[in-house]
Amino acid sequence: MATKTREVEAKGGQSRHRSLGLSDDQALRIYEVMRLARAVDERMWLINRQGRAPFVISCQGQEGAQVGSAAALRPGQDWVAPYYRDAGVILWFGMTAKDQMLSFFARREDPNSGGRQMPGHFGSRRLHILTGGSPVATQLLHAAGIALASKQRKEDAVTAAYFGEGAASQGDCHEAMNFAGIHKLAVIFVCENNGYAISVPQSRQMAIPNLADRAAGYGFPGVVVDGNDVLACYEVTRHAVERARRGEGATLIEAKTYRFTAHSSDDDDKRYRQAEEVATWRQKDPIQRYAKYLRESATLTDPVEKDITERVDQQVDEATEYAEQAPDPTPDDLMTFVYKQGTVS
Amino acid sequence: MAQKTVIEAIREGMDEEMARDPSVFLIGEDVGQRGGVFLASDGLYKKYGELRVIDSPLAESCIVGVAIGAAVNGMRPIAEIQFADFIAPAMNQIIEEAARFCYRTAGDFSLPMVIRAPWGGGVHGALYHSQSIEATFAHIPGLKVVAPGTPADAKGLLKAAVRDPDPVLFLEHKRTYRLVKGEVPGGDAVVPIGKAEVKREGTDLSLIAYGLMLTYCLEVAEKLAAEDISAEVLDLRTIKPIDQAAIVATAKKTGKVLVVHEDTRFAGIAAEVMAIIMEQAFDALDAPLMRLTAPDVPAMPFNHVLEQAFMPNADRILHKAKELAAY
Repeated sequence: MATKTREVEAKGGQSRHRSLGLSDDQALRIYEVMRLARAVDERMWLINRQGRAPFVISCQGQEGAQVGSAAALRPGQDWVAPYYRDAGVILWFGMTAKDQMLSFFARREDPNSGGRQMPGHFGSRRLHILTGGSPVATQLLHAAGIALASKQRKEDAVTAAYFGEGAASQGDCHEAMNFAGIHKLAVIFVCENNGYAISVPQSRQMAIPNLADRAAGYGFPGVVVDGNDVLACYEVTRHAVERARRGEGATLIEAKTYRFTAHSSDDDDKRYRQAEEVATWRQKDPIQRYAKYLRESATLTDPVEKDITERVDQQVDEATEYAEQAPDPTPDDLMTFVYKQGTVS
Repeated sequence: MAQKTVIEAIREGMDEEMARDPSVFLIGEDVGQRGGVFLASDGLYKKYGELRVIDSPLAESCIVGVAIGAAVNGMRPIAEIQFADFIAPAMNQIIEEAARFCYRTAGDFSLPMVIRAPWGGGVHGALYHSQSIEATFAHIPGLKVVAPGTPADAKGLLKAAVRDPDPVLFLEHKRTYRLVKGEVPGGDAVVPIGKAEVKREGTDLSLIAYGLMLTYCLEVAEKLAAEDISAEVLDLRTIKPIDQAAIVATAKKTGKVLVVHEDTRFAGIAAEVMAIIMEQAFDALDAPLMRLTAPDVPAMPFNHVLEQAFMPNADRILHKAKELAAY
């Protein structure tokens, strides 16, 4: 089966979201989750720079690709296999600012890991958010396995697997796409191509401009989308979801986007990126761009914006206050859950 | 009870578990139409169909990674690595992922999955079809490692592994597949993971082994008996979690222990067994702890002279056991 990468152009108009089947409320909900993801992230940097927490890794700049794609899924029924930047995905799937802050401060109550993992290593069985480790691309095979199980039980769940373009160089990425292609699995591979794997630019990661072109080699469609256009990301993901539910198999979506921050709080991106480049991309901020659209379509008004800002600020404040005061794990917690029934040696 | 081979016992074990629980499925290279290169899954593809006996692409990380995902989503996969020697491409998935899902989520996720891998030598398999991998994986917290040596244990431990909530590396010694025959109880005879078994009672010295070396140690015990030396043979059966109580009990009973394995020597399972005895039964010892292992060379060569030079065998075990008995 020969497939050609499709490049999706954003369609104009003041009621794009309605033509995509999104109500005004749904369109605003997408906006609010993007705002929340950004606000939690900004607060984490502030706290990190004050020396109150050791590490942060960011979603900033990629919220459009994250929330736009996740919004095409059914939280709790479908599955997501996020990577470490995907705050927008996991918030859409039901995690909260409080959950994120508990993870950020590595508290005992952290629902992802009980304070065992660094921030950004999401996971909740109840919410159908796959647990992630730090090695990249491993989750793509897990996503294929989750989708295989759905197929074996004849369920219509779709699994979305997220990764950066750096992870695409791993063998597991090839193996996952190959397996998903062979078995026509209901997997959507969402690459958030932010141009850099820490410092290494895309041109040193692959010899092609569009990762999505690789989809042809696996027998399913590849789509390039403007990752900073949240509605375009929603649209292509919805098409991929419909295709998957029809039993027609996987799709590779390449969302072209950009990372506003350094790789992490331990990275200095001035060593490999020009300030002008970052400034140019900040002009394409997916949140500001979406806000502009929502205002032009008269969906977002000043009072609505004010309400959203208040809710977001309140959630971040309460989450921070709660998590910072929440108890650490105890030394005894070190030994639990090596196995389901505890520890053996 | 019927006499069966190890390979027959494993096939029956998989068949019965798949019949009992529709979430159990098999994935691996050549496991479908071919029935596996050793015929471990012979007939299962026809019986259970292509959704439950899956011929995977030739990619070990894929086999294990897909099994992990399926286990997350309610299935109980049996992932077959065709030869233990080829497990290396899957080590990232096994060590960094499967072994840590439970710990890194504080118990929210756990992975009921089995990784079956034919291991061991004596079959002219050379460097890449003869390896022992148990020590490498036993070092990883979060994994369980099982290495049965008899048909009954192979079937019973396979059933236990399939039903276990955690990832289990299930090692099947290739040389035992058709060499070792034994009675296999009918019905649903599950052998618990983590329990060693005294396969022969004795009073003068203890031989501790697993896998093919169990068969050799039992032969040796018989020969020692002819010379009025009473050897106890302890079959570890499970490498991790290791049965410390059984190891300590036999050491205290005989006061003389020889640990035998086919794996290479340095930081091998014998070293761990000896450390357990030193910590918990030092006062009972009448001789230095001894071990007989393969030498520290990368793997077993193809040439038969070199292969025999590598592998412990009954003669060498007998010689070492007599040295221990005479101490």
